[in-house]
Amino acid sequence: MSWLLAFLETLLFIAAAPLLAGWIKRVKCRLQNRKSPSVFQPYRNLLKLYDKQPILPHPASWIFPAAPYIVFASTVLSAAIVPLVAVNLPTAHIADMIVLVGFFALSRTFLVLAGMDIGTAFGGMGASREMTISSLAEPSMLMAVFTLAMTAHTTNLSEAINYVHDTGLVLRPSYVFALGGLMMVTVAETGRVPVDNPATHLELTMIHEAMILEYSGRWLALIEWASQIKLMLYGVLIANIFFPWGIAQDFSPASLGLGIVMIAIKLAILAVILALSEVVLAKMRIFRVQEYLSFAYLLSVLGMLSHIILEAARVYR
Amino acid sequence: MSLFFAYVSVLFALMSALTALTASKQKEVANLSRSALQHWPALQFKAENLFCESGYAVRHRNFLFILLGFSGLFAVLAGTTTLLSGSITTDILPLGLPWLNWHIRIDPLSGFFLCVLGLPLMAVSLYGSGYVREYEHGKHSMAALGLFTGLFVAGMEMVLLADDAFIFMIAWELMSVASYFLVVFQHHHSANRHAGFLYLLMAEIGAIAIILAFGVVAGFGNGLTFTAMRSAELSATWASIAFILGLIGFGMKAGLMPLHAWLPEAHPVAPPHISALMSGVMLKIAVYGFIRFSFDLLNQFLWQWGVLVLILGCTTAVLGILYALQQTNLKRLLAYSSVENIGIIFTALGLSLIFFSSGMSELGTLGLIAALLHCLNHALFKSLLFMVAGIIWHKIHDHNLENLGGLIHRMPKTAVFFLVGVLSISALPPFNGFVSEWLIFQTALQAGSLDSGVLRSLIPSASAVLALTSALAATCFVKFYGVAFLGLPRTHHAAHANEIDHQGMVTGPAFLSACCLLFGIFPTPLINAMGNLTQQLTGFQLTNISSLGWLWLTPVSQNTAAYAPLYVLAGSMAVGGLCYHFLYRRTGLNPRKAEPWDCGFGGLNAHMQYTSGAFSMPIRRIFQPVFDIKESLEVQHEGPASTRVKSIRYQFQAPDPVWSKLYDPITLAVNRLARFAGIIQTGNIRTYLGYSFFTLIFLLWVIS
Repeated sequence: MSWLLAFLETLLFIAAAPLLAGWIKRVKCRLQNRKSPSVFQPYRNLLKLYDKQPILPHPASWIFPAAPYIVFASTVLSAAIVPLVAVNLPTAHIADMIVLVGFFALSRTFLVLAGMDIGTAFGGMGASREMTISSLAEPSMLMAVFTLAMTAHTTNLSEAINYVHDTGLVLRPSYVFALGGLMMVTVAETGRVPVDNPATHLELTMIHEAMILEYSGRWLALIEWASQIKLMLYGVLIANIFFPWGIAQDFSPASLGLGIVMIAIKLAILAVILALSEVVLAKMRIFRVQEYLSFAYLLSVLGMLSHIILEAARVYR
Repeated sequence: MSLFFAYVSVLFALMSALTALTASKQKEVANLSRSALQHWPALQFKAENLFCESGYAVRHRNFLFILLGFSGLFAVLAGTTTLLSGSITTDILPLGLPWLNWHIRIDPLSGFFLCVLGLPLMAVSLYGSGYVREYEHGKHSMAALGLFTGLFVAGMEMVLLADDAFIFMIAWELMSVASYFLVVFQHHHSANRHAGFLYLLMAEIGAIAIILAFGVVAGFGNGLTFTAMRSAELSATWASIAFILGLIGFGMKAGLMPLHAWLPEAHPVAPPHISALMSGVMLKIAVYGFIRFSFDLLNQFLWQWGVLVLILGCTTAVLGILYALQQTNLKRLLAYSSVENIGIIFTALGLSLIFFSSGMSELGTLGLIAALLHCLNHALFKSLLFMVAGIIWHKIHDHNLENLGGLIHRMPKTAVFFLVGVLSISALPPFNGFVSEWLIFQTALQAGSLDSGVLRSLIPSASAVLALTSALAATCFVKFYGVAFLGLPRTHHAAHANEIDHQGMVTGPAFLSACCLLFGIFPTPLINAMGNLTQQLTGFQLTNISSLGWLWLTPVSQNTAAYAPLYVLAGSMAVGGLCYHFLYRRTGLNPRKAEPWDCGFGGLNAHMQYTSGAFSMPIRRIFQPVFDIKESLEVQHEGPASTRVKSIRYQFQAPDPVWSKLYDPITLAVNRLARFAGIIQTGNIRTYLGYSFFTLIFLLWVIS
């Protein structure tokens, strides 16, 4: 029963991801005084790509066609680990936050390898930039995660969410810093403004798009979908870890329904924040990104230190 | 039983060494067999066939490596039987000094390291016989290669079996000196001789530090046997002195920064199967020595030691990988990455020491297990990577990353093995490297239970450094794979490489790749098997490790953290398979082949790809202060008013700053000192006679 529920939750997760992307697009368009496409446009895009014949560049090896499947599979598996609507699902135990970071790294690795497989300058450029940015982002992400893990005494996502939920509304300085750090990492890792611009195909500024430039058809669909899921994953992490209220702690229909409604509201709000920041900020030069990420790291470290100095000391004394 | 296996293993290694001496002695061997077997005509006939001239070299070579393979097999057998039974077997051999015979002991710790030694050795024995064909018609003696390989392996095995300082040092020196000869095997290159000298020098300085460390402990324990040393009662100061000396000695061999300088010089120049053993196994023997010395012999833990080891480990890890990122030579890159991994192992050991000193022995045990597991994992994937680097050399005769490219098309099998190695070393699930790094993170996250606030904040910072390291490692190896195996071939040689045809050279790496995946998916039985080891060394076992069953890894408790690699793998395979089914099989749309996008200009060529230097440029720029970068850019203009660029030449060098910061000043100081001491050396016999006379008078005065 609980395995079935976990399965359904994962399905809901991957089904809803394009909707979130559509919603962000809509909010962004509205903020820029533009007419927006329907929120269901990402689904139409995916369907369209699904029907198209993919193009395989000549120099490609088996890595190129295999990478989208690996990327998608590892992203879906990450989605299965992260509690969306309910906690205490059995899938939450097969992997923890660190494994989640590992999954992100796995899918990134294959995307980068696929980018280099073609032997064009774009692929290599995107690959190099992506690896640089992610290797700077990963420590701050893990620091934020560790702050949480040390407070909750667990790296298991479900248990951590339970802990935050049960302690009630307490203002912890460490969480505020960790939240800031994690949000900045989210922007960097999902390739949004100001680190990368998902809408541009201008050669000199591309990061994520440069790697996947050669993809088309169903492969592109898988990669697009995976990156939408990844964006939603970060959103759900932020929403459910820092604001877990409303998440279903038992499996009764009422609480599950409430869980769905609550996570939808939380994600919608986060999407507005993201769209707002994308409208307000301009894209950074690539070598400014390190300063941005150092700041994210600093926030996470501050979170960790304030946990150790302000919060943990009280507990252990 | 296990000790018997271990003896057999050492004997096989020595036999291999001795047999190697007959490499070019086909006639003598044939004559010898003829005279020895003259009463058994049937056997004599077979021997005639066996030792006949044609194919003697091949049979001889294969025989050598078969002996080595058996040595590895018996090492693994000895190791597993000891680990599983948890028994300690001791023995005294009638060799050595009159008052100090050789004490031999095999316990789970040495058993574990025998496994660490045996698995790569088995793969090397499969691989090596194919590789050394390259040297067959060269000017180098196969006999020397075989002899020193055998001695090297035997030395490492004896280090693991030693139970007194005397035989330990003999075995240690055997290992060092034999490997020196292997490093300078191709001695006609001056770089190799230089690297060999540096290696020997640092190995001997390290050995002196180890002797001193043993001396301090033995002085308090009344004896050179390890049993006597264990009972030594040391004050904290003396224990710290011994610990520091041990850390210097073993750290020098293991390659801790800043004592790593020999490693990136020596590992690249040795033959690849030797590099695999040196990087994969010998560094682990140094780690074994450190663990034996500090966890077993010293028998006390101070938190300052833990902090020292932790900081050293973290620095080594992050600097090692940053330097590795800037290398373009395959084997130098791998050597620096070994430095990084040693850093990770020492970080885990530092955590373990801190927890033990704070009385939290279960967490200390967890740290120790993480370190040991990483030793095993690194031995597997680093040997694998060195072997593949050897295959590349074998086929292309080039170690420069910038000259490779597109090898995946022409070496499909090799590319798969290498990919497994890359994913393992980048610590990606579900491979084995991830498991050990995950365990280190889990250990670090328990820092909240420490009393000292300083330690509580130091450990998470260390783990953040570790996170940076593993992310950079992924960058480094993705670059390695992407530049060497993917894309377009950058040179003619790379374009005409072909797949390896020797069976052994395929099965060796294949065996290690399988181990990498297997230990990544089933880590829990492995860790359970280490229960006896930790029980004996520290008195603790991880009781909760399989509280959810043997497919799950739950280091602390099931609510703290759990990881089920098999479920993860099965889940992702299921998702990937379903996608493939629905997207490929159901649509039936076959991909169309086309040229990649060239912005409409046409004529993409291999030189337009990102190079290795370009790939790591952002990292170079971001972490500028830790490098000693020398860059130069020459642009030649032509045309009216020099507006057209004719050619651009960019060069960069990333020498290891440890040379300019530490070693060069030391060299300078030593030279100055030598010159100063040289003043008294006049070269005049009368002066020397005068020195002797005054010394004699001084000594007589002292005596009276």
